[in-house]
Amino acid sequence: MKLLEVLNARRSFGGLVAVDQVSFSVFSGQIKAMIGPNGAGKTTLFNIISGLLPTETGKILFKGKNIHRLKPFQIAHAGISRTFQNPSLFLKMSVLENVMVGRHSRTRWGFIGCGLRFPGQIREEKHIQEAALEQIAYVGLEHLADSPAGSLGFGQRRMVELARALATEPELLLLDEPASGLNPKETEDLGLLIRKIRDTGVTILLVEHDMSLVMDISDDVLVLHNGSVIAEGTPSAVQDDQKVISVYLGKGLAHAAPGEKSSMRLRRP
Amino acid sequence: MLKRLIPIVLMAAVIVAVQLLATALEKEYCLTQLTMAIYYSMVVMGLCLVMGYAGQVSLGHGAFFAIGGYTSAILTTRSFLSLQDTWWAGILKRLHVFVLREDMFGSPIMTVSPWAAFLAAMIVTFIAAFLIGYPALRLKGHYLAMATLGFAMIVHKIVLGSAFAGAADGITGVPEWTLGAGLVITGKSVARVQNYYLASGIALVILILLGNLVRSRVGRALQAIHDQETAANAMGINTSAYKLQVFIVSALIAAIAGVLLTHYTGGIGPSESSILKSVRYVALAAAGGMANLWSASLISTLINYLSLRDWFGTFDNAVFGALLIIIISIAPDGPFKPLGLWIRRWSSLARVRTGEKNHETP
Repeated sequence: MKLLEVLNARRSFGGLVAVDQVSFSVFSGQIKAMIGPNGAGKTTLFNIISGLLPTETGKILFKGKNIHRLKPFQIAHAGISRTFQNPSLFLKMSVLENVMVGRHSRTRWGFIGCGLRFPGQIREEKHIQEAALEQIAYVGLEHLADSPAGSLGFGQRRMVELARALATEPELLLLDEPASGLNPKETEDLGLLIRKIRDTGVTILLVEHDMSLVMDISDDVLVLHNGSVIAEGTPSAVQDDQKVISVYLGKGLAHAAPGEKSSMRLRRP
Repeated sequence: MLKRLIPIVLMAAVIVAVQLLATALEKEYCLTQLTMAIYYSMVVMGLCLVMGYAGQVSLGHGAFFAIGGYTSAILTTRSFLSLQDTWWAGILKRLHVFVLREDMFGSPIMTVSPWAAFLAAMIVTFIAAFLIGYPALRLKGHYLAMATLGFAMIVHKIVLGSAFAGAADGITGVPEWTLGAGLVITGKSVARVQNYYLASGIALVILILLGNLVRSRVGRALQAIHDQETAANAMGINTSAYKLQVFIVSALIAAIAGVLLTHYTGGIGPSESSILKSVRYVALAAAGGMANLWSASLISTLINYLSLRDWFGTFDNAVFGALLIIIISIAPDGPFKPLGLWIRRWSSLARVRTGEKNHETP
C-alpha cells in the first residue's frame, strides 16, 4: 500500500530551485532512504512533507489524503513525525519532559482541565509519563530520564529526539541524517534500532550520508541530485546505476576527473 | 503531591505571620497597601505565564488591568435610572444585573451590579485580547510586544480623553462588592484584615491554578514553544493557538486584578493604563525570573508595597528600571534559583571538607 505519495513537488528559494518536480512513493512497512550530495534538496523535501514549507505545485498524499496544505502540527496529528538534522530538543526541559511533549498530539486536556487538575487529567498525565518512559527505555536512555536535555552529548540528543518522535505514535517516521555525528558503534546500534522500529509497523523515510548504513538497512533508495530524482530502486540496483555512480558515488570517475566535486559539476544533468 | 503542598503551606504561613505581626505592632494600616500590592502582583503572575513560559512579551497588561477596572467602575457608578421604566430593565433588575442604591449624596440611582459588571469586564477584556493577540501571535518573533505597546498607548489616550471615563480625574465612588458568605471587597478600615486575607486567598488560588497549569501538558507545550517553536509545531502543538490562549488567560487575570482593586480602593485613575505601569509589570515579572511564579509573586508584592508606601520617592520609576537591569545582568533566572544553587554548592563543599578531615585523622 502506498503510505506516502509525493507528486510533482516543487520548491524554489529566489532563483534557486531546491526541489524540482519530484515524485515518489513510500510503501507501508518500508525503510526508504533518500540520498544525494549536499544541496540536492533532501531536507527541503522533508520540510515539504512535514508541512514546514509549502510545495509550490503538485500534491502530497498521505494514506490517500492530500496533506500539502496542512500545518506541521496537523501533519503530526495525521501520523507523520520527524527528527531534525540538528537535534532540536527543548533544552530547558529534562529528557523525560522532552519525550512527554511528543505525546501532545495523542492527548487532549486543555487550560481549564490542567489548571483545575481534574481526575481525568491526572490520569492522563500519568499515562503520558509512562508512555514517555517506555520510549526512553526503547532507545536505551532510561538512566538519563531526569537529566536536563542541554547536558547530553550529541549522539544522546539524537536518541532523545528519536524517542520524542516515536512518542507521537507515527505511521511514517522521517529521519533527517540520523547517523551524522555518531561514531561507528553508535551508527551500528542505530541501524539495528531503525530495523526494530520498522518491525513494530512504522514506515521509515530517512535522509542519510552514511552509505554503509543506507545500503545495509534500506529496502528502497531514492537518489536526488540538484532537486530532481535521478534514480530509484533497491540498494544494489542504485549502486550499479551509471548516473548515480557518476554524480554521486564518483567511483568510476575517480581516476578520470581531478576531484569528485568537479566531476559532479561536469556531469550536471 | 507533598512536594507541591510545601510552597503553598509556606506561603499561607507567611501571609498569616505578616498579618499577626502587623496587628501586634499596631501597624494594621500597612495591610491596606499590602492588599493593593497583592492585587498588582496578580497581574505579574499572569504575565509570567506569557513571558516565562510562552516566551512572548506583553507591554499591554497595564491596559488590560485598566480595561477591567474601568469597565467595572463605569458600570457600577453610572446611573441608568432613566431606563427604569422600560420592560427589559425590569427583567434585568429581577436578574440582579441592575441594582437600585443611593449615591454618595443620598439620591437614588440604578447601576449595574458588581457581579454583572465583573462579567462585562471579562467579556470586554477577552475581546480586546483576542483582537490584539490573534494577528500578532500568528507570526514568530516579538510582534506581540509591539502590538500591545500600541494598544496600551491607545487605551491610555482614550481613558484620558473620555468624559465617560472621568478623563484625567478617573472615576470615584465605586461601591463595595459583596461576594457573599460575609465577604465584602471594600476599603473600609474595619474590613482591612478581612480584605487582606481575601486578596491573599485569591492570589494564592491563582498561583496554585497557574502552578498546576505549568506542570501539565499545556505547560510543557508552552515551554516547548518558548524553546523551539518549529520543533514544537512539528511535534503536534498548535503553536499559534496556544500562544493566543495563554495571552488571553493572562489578560483576563490582569483584568480580574483591575476589577478587584477598583472595588477595593473605590475608584480608578488614568495612571493605571500608562505605559510605565505596563513596563513595571514586565520589570517585576523579569525580576522574579519570569518562569518562576512563586518568586515573581513574592518580589512583585514586596516591591509594589514599598512603592505604595512611597519608599522610593521621586526615584520610583528609576527603581523599577534599575531592578530590571540588575536582575537580568546578574541573575536572569530570578534571585532565588542562584541563591539555592549557592547554598547547595556551599553545603556540598563543607561536606567535602569535613570528609577530608575525617580521612586525615584515622
